[in-house]
Amino acid sequence: MSFLQELWAFMKARKKFWLAPIIFIMLLLGVLIVLAEGSVVAPFVYTLF
Amino acid sequence: MYILGISAYYHDSAAVLICDEKIIAAVQEERFTRKKADASFPVNSIKYCLLEAGITLDQIDHIAFYDKPFIKFERLLETYLAEAPKGFGSFLLSIPVWLKDKLFLKETMGRELKKLFEELNPDADSKTCKAFKTKVTHSIMFGEHHQSHAASAFYPSPFSEAAILTIDGVGEWTTTSLAYGKNNTIEFLQEIHFPHSLGLLYSAFTYYTGFKVNSGEYKVMGLAPYGNPKYVSVIKEHLIDIKDDGSFKLDMSYFNYTTGLTMTNQKFHNLFGGSPRKAESSLTQKEMDLAASVQVITEEIMIKMAKHAKQVTGSDNLCLAGGVALNCVANGKLLQENIFKNIWIQPAAGDAGGALGGAMSVYYQELAHPRTICPNELDKMEGSYLGPKYSSEAIKTYLDSVNAVYDYYDDEKELIKTVARNMAEEKVIGWHYDRMEFGPRSLGHRSIIGDARSTKMQSTMNLKIKYRESFRPFAPSVLREKVHEWFELETDSPYMLLVAPVKKEKCFAMTEEQETLFGINKLNVPRSEIPAVTHIDYSARIQTVHESTNLRYYRLLQEFEKRTGCPVIVNTSFNVRGEPIVCTPEDSYRCFMRTEIDVLVIDDYVLYKYNQPAFADSGSWETEFELD
Repeated sequence: MSFLQELWAFMKARKKFWLAPIIFIMLLLGVLIVLAEGSVVAPFVYTLF
Repeated sequence: MYILGISAYYHDSAAVLICDEKIIAAVQEERFTRKKADASFPVNSIKYCLLEAGITLDQIDHIAFYDKPFIKFERLLETYLAEAPKGFGSFLLSIPVWLKDKLFLKETMGRELKKLFEELNPDADSKTCKAFKTKVTHSIMFGEHHQSHAASAFYPSPFSEAAILTIDGVGEWTTTSLAYGKNNTIEFLQEIHFPHSLGLLYSAFTYYTGFKVNSGEYKVMGLAPYGNPKYVSVIKEHLIDIKDDGSFKLDMSYFNYTTGLTMTNQKFHNLFGGSPRKAESSLTQKEMDLAASVQVITEEIMIKMAKHAKQVTGSDNLCLAGGVALNCVANGKLLQENIFKNIWIQPAAGDAGGALGGAMSVYYQELAHPRTICPNELDKMEGSYLGPKYSSEAIKTYLDSVNAVYDYYDDEKELIKTVARNMAEEKVIGWHYDRMEFGPRSLGHRSIIGDARSTKMQSTMNLKIKYRESFRPFAPSVLREKVHEWFELETDSPYMLLVAPVKKEKCFAMTEEQETLFGINKLNVPRSEIPAVTHIDYSARIQTVHESTNLRYYRLLQEFEKRTGCPVIVNTSFNVRGEPIVCTPEDSYRCFMRTEIDVLVIDDYVLYKYNQPAFADSGSWETEFELD
């Protein structure tokens, strides 16, 4: 819950409300990806990710 | 008030503990886990910080994290959206990492800290642990990446006001910033945003010349003097547009790092006539020329930025941080330009230093505590000797456990005389003393040292001890008072972050025949009275040794000078290629036994290789450490 509150505060501060639906869908997709993959390997290129 | 700074989850994780204005402890996690640039939550580093301060985890008042994950995620999403459908592969790889951990960083960190609390307080009941987690999670503050860098550059510096430049690969959006620091505040004046990044341009050339991104950049810098900067005009014409104020824009059609898993793309490869060099394959003049060219571009940008910073702030002082500030060749050129009267560079200028900046930002900027400057102090870093040290009993116990043969010296003078004599006999010494350094440089507490006058020292150290590429130069440590007699440098350089020429009168001219030697072969020609630390272009990356911060090392240099007339010695990090710098007596002994180091000194204990028992070692550096 506190995560959602913070996310809302972030979007308000940065005026990036258009990110909300994208993040929502990605969170749903993310649950699927994470469940499907089991382990996650970080990409090797720099810190972009 | 205790504030814990944390840098983690990207690379080079670290923990720093400050108590009011004093830095109690600072250490990188890689030194404990023995995994180079370890990015994991710095649990060992935090444990060490608590031990050093003699406090418990629940006595920490605030926790500072060095960047803002939500804004980083915003950058990530916007970049993918802007480039879609390109980058879908990279998107699939990176998003799960974010959705699993990085987006919920506060919760993740709270969980890790709770785990540590439970480990340190095995008797605490679940209610206490839960209450701790709630409290600690609320106490975590997130500072912007470049705010952390700027704070690490300004707050520990000896200046009450200064211009601050932070230059690195990328943080959230910012890749370069100009700020002005005065007393306890830092005001940001200008920024350059992703994807336009000097750090990433340098990394692109690091990648293209066959070195590892994010660790091989300093090899490119070391390779540069072998080459001619013949690609400068091509780079300026196609890759980067540099303005008079040092701001710049990259032509992103040549780069792949926004959406792909490589730094450069086919268009970049076509421009420079071929694919990237394969790692570990032989170096050609082309790589040397490319390295020289990107180095010239970097220096030009940094000098222009510094001139602009001077114009905007009017300050006499400049503070530098961010990964690019570790480019000591560019720093040396900046110093030569005399744009600022004083330059101070954070010794842990990379992301590990962000942990320090994060903690200091909370103390000075968020909580508005006044900042005091001690005029007689070099700075607040205490020589950067902020890591663990080991008691005489602990050292003895370990050495006895492996049946090591050692001499114990209760008289420091005698110990120093013995070490200086061995150095003068061209022996290679592993020197482990007191607290470990914070930052990527060994500064005489975890160092391999030797005679800088020796003509064979450079190749011996490179090939028999460090097992690294033969083109790479070594750095000198020199008594602060004698630096001007040996190098074209008048200022302090305690953190080995400035490169300057060796004094002309100490240099030897090369014969016509020697001048024609190709690249690396030139390095074997003695070019000065101190050939082991003189690079191909007669330059050296200097560490000035100060009586106030490193007395024993200072006395060793004095004794060596008394014996040889030379106050300069070779100083390289105590590790082999790919290994994090040694931390414990065990790490030092292992490295000593696996390599051809002749003598090991751990505080007051001196060990000679020739009389050590066979070392029961199941591993070897070749298999244990991934090449950097």
